[in-house]
Amino acid sequence: MRRFALIAVPYLWLLALFLVPFIIVLKISLSDIALAIPPYTPTLDLSEGWAGIRRFFAGLDFENFRFLATDNLYWKAYLSSLQIAAVATLLTLLVGYPIAYGMARAPQEWRATLLMLVILPFWTSFLIRVYSWMGILSTEGYLNQLLIWAGLIENPLTILNTPVAVYIGIVYTYLPFMILPIYAALEKLDESLLEAAEDLGCSRLTAFWLVTVPLSKQGIIAGCFLVFIPTIGEFVIPSLLGGSRTLMIGKVLWEEFFSNRDWPVASAVAVILLLILIVPIILFQRNQQKQRETDT
Amino acid sequence: MRRFTWFNTTSLTLGFAFLYLPMIILVIYSFNDSKLVTVWAGFSTRWYGELIQNDAFLDAAWVTIKVAGISSTLATVLGTMAAIVMVRMGRFHGRTLFSGMIYAPLVMPEVITGLSLLLLFIGLGLDRGVFTIILAHTTFSMCYVSVVVSSRLISFDTSLEEAALDLGCSPLQAFRLVTLPIIAPAVISGWLLAFTLSLDDLVIASFTSGPSATTLPMKIWSSVRLGVSPEINALSTLMIAVVTVGVVTASLISKRAAVQQRRDEQAADRAGMA
Repeated sequence: MRRFALIAVPYLWLLALFLVPFIIVLKISLSDIALAIPPYTPTLDLSEGWAGIRRFFAGLDFENFRFLATDNLYWKAYLSSLQIAAVATLLTLLVGYPIAYGMARAPQEWRATLLMLVILPFWTSFLIRVYSWMGILSTEGYLNQLLIWAGLIENPLTILNTPVAVYIGIVYTYLPFMILPIYAALEKLDESLLEAAEDLGCSRLTAFWLVTVPLSKQGIIAGCFLVFIPTIGEFVIPSLLGGSRTLMIGKVLWEEFFSNRDWPVASAVAVILLLILIVPIILFQRNQQKQRETDT
Repeated sequence: MRRFTWFNTTSLTLGFAFLYLPMIILVIYSFNDSKLVTVWAGFSTRWYGELIQNDAFLDAAWVTIKVAGISSTLATVLGTMAAIVMVRMGRFHGRTLFSGMIYAPLVMPEVITGLSLLLLFIGLGLDRGVFTIILAHTTFSMCYVSVVVSSRLISFDTSLEEAALDLGCSPLQAFRLVTLPIIAPAVISGWLLAFTLSLDDLVIASFTSGPSATTLPMKIWSSVRLGVSPEINALSTLMIAVVTVGVVTASLISKRAAVQQRRDEQAADRAGMA
């Protein structure tokens, strides 16, 4: 009995507040827009019995999805989200790997402090961290002031409200997600393997490519997924740093909902986004599973 | 022997400069006297003064703390229960669905979570406000709590619980006297995580809130969209300070607890050998 209650409470909570809402999204994505509150039809009216259920299913159609398919805006937004996420993930890897490497090879007594320093920004407000770049990157911002003062440029660069600013924002906010799994992989690395490679005539660089990188592969893969997956649906970064020229699907969904008030289309956008995300999520789960098996 | 080489020192210095400079600049410029945020006009705390007198910010801060306090506590209870179910309950009907529902919110884009919860609340006819934000925050943060707690549960020895049961404890007593003290550090860090996640959330709160409740991130968002402002710099500095003090204190406490536990274990080992 107690066992049943223990399982039931969190189970029902998640069913009611996680699964059921998704079914509603799916249903509304198949409904028509209406000028009412809530602004969509049809609703399921169980009091009418079978007739109501049949009318409900007859009312469902794929019109919103056809609309998404024919309107270029959405396709472009999905593709550009994927592209921005992929490039940003690669950039985060390039920035994060040397930091993780430096941490893993730091003296033992330093490592806990370094780890703390990587985790600390993660606890700080995401919104504030993104916001802090607005003052740096704007036309009269600190970066332009510095570059002009140093004589490197004469006219300020336009960085804020371009995709470059979005990349900087993503790399900055997601860096800890990349560093931590790579650090975990590098920390376990047996250094005698590197010595062996060097004894066998490898240069330090070849030993790095042939030994260190392959042995940290799991960490690299995990880090890349941890950056890639949440970046695709990102909303705050493209809105604050990307300006109107950066197209990302999270922003499109937000505007569809709050500005156009087209709930069915917003729901259809969400359903397709979810379908796109399922592939990397399953790959990520498999990778984690594999890692757990090799660890034990 | 691991040591700092020039390469590692450079990459660490550059890396940490990148991670911390934006926030350091923000903190410095929050003490700027000028209304123009990018021009330094001397040291002043005037923006902190204006912040304290701004009722809209104070109201939003109060709403945020209330939401974060209640939702993180609920999430800790539910998340710990979920972790025990995942780790200790073995197989039951619907276990796959359950673990799916625990892990899915961790990778779900916030816009989708927010949208789907809003549609649920509207469907149920709930008045949107503090209560609905609390429901929403509890739901996604309980998943984080359960991941943190279950990693701790997996690593500890079930024979301790069994011993307590053998010695006549009821399952509830065994949980309270044996399991809970051992997983306490994970439960506390789960609570902290849930609290900061709630404190920080803009997207889900914007979807699930109504006109009656505005959280601090929502307030920051609406003023930040118009550009950088010195008041927001001051507010950000305060938030960074609170989080830093909180996290550093928590980690020092848990470090001390770990040292104490190791000492206890060693003492127990010695006693066992003697």
